[in-house]
Amino acid sequence: MIIDPAADDRLDRAFAALADPVRRRIIARLSRGPATVNELAEPFDITKQAVSRHIRVLEQAELVTRTRDAQRRPVHLNPDRLEALTAWIDRFRLIHEQQFRRLDAVLDSKQGVGDGAERREEEK
Amino acid sequence: MTNPLIVNAPEGLPFVEFEREFDAPVEAVFQAHRDPALVEQWLGPHGYEMEIETYDFKTGGSYRYSHRNDKGEEYVFHGVFHVVRENEFAVQTFEFEGFPDVVSLDHMTFEDLGSGRTRLRGYSVFPSLEARDGMVASGMERGMSEGYDRLEGLLPSQTGEA
Repeated sequence: MIIDPAADDRLDRAFAALADPVRRRIIARLSRGPATVNELAEPFDITKQAVSRHIRVLEQAELVTRTRDAQRRPVHLNPDRLEALTAWIDRFRLIHEQQFRRLDAVLDSKQGVGDGAERREEEK
Repeated sequence: MTNPLIVNAPEGLPFVEFEREFDAPVEAVFQAHRDPALVEQWLGPHGYEMEIETYDFKTGGSYRYSHRNDKGEEYVFHGVFHVVRENEFAVQTFEFEGFPDVVSLDHMTFEDLGSGRTRLRGYSVFPSLEARDGMVASGMERGMSEGYDRLEGLLPSQTGEA
């Protein structure tokens, strides 16, 4: 699977957008349905302007869209984009999870043996 | 119960980091990284046999190994262990021979949490964002070609004892 550079770029923007905990919470909120900036700002102890900025970052990353619906302009999740992203991060996670579960198993079977018993010196 | 894996790809930077705890003392976790016979049992994606050509986990040491699946597809990796400090830290270069000259720098920190528990932190630096995503994607592909669903199905069943 070779990813084309344009797709890579979009992926980077999306990951950058999701690197922030406030933005992740906004995404989580939007997964339950569209919301206005006011509604999104409610649970946070930050200004509405700051929340608007977060939403703009999410918008640029194509993770959310805003409809020109009168003054309300509710924010919607862009599920396609999110799904593509989830696949990327999930795969990364999955590979490492598998690997570390195998390491768990190795460590389980090695308890007592690996526990300092097999020390070798670092340099000879 | 499985310890959670935390993965983070920081904003606009060619890094990937992870954090994972193990119910084993730091010596054991370190040993599982040092002893090639143990490394072979866990390193790499599911569904691939790991074959180690060289693996000398010490400062100035080097490694070369391959992951091969039952279709005969083989992926070879090599690098050097720049610094290895027992039960504490290691930093190594990492290169997939399918993407020559694109080298990441992988840091690992072994942290003794007491009560026979260890936290492993990994931190990889890539030459570019493109390299990060490309390398991760190609690494992923190896694991994934066997089928995402199947892998998912396998994971919960491995939660118990070995």
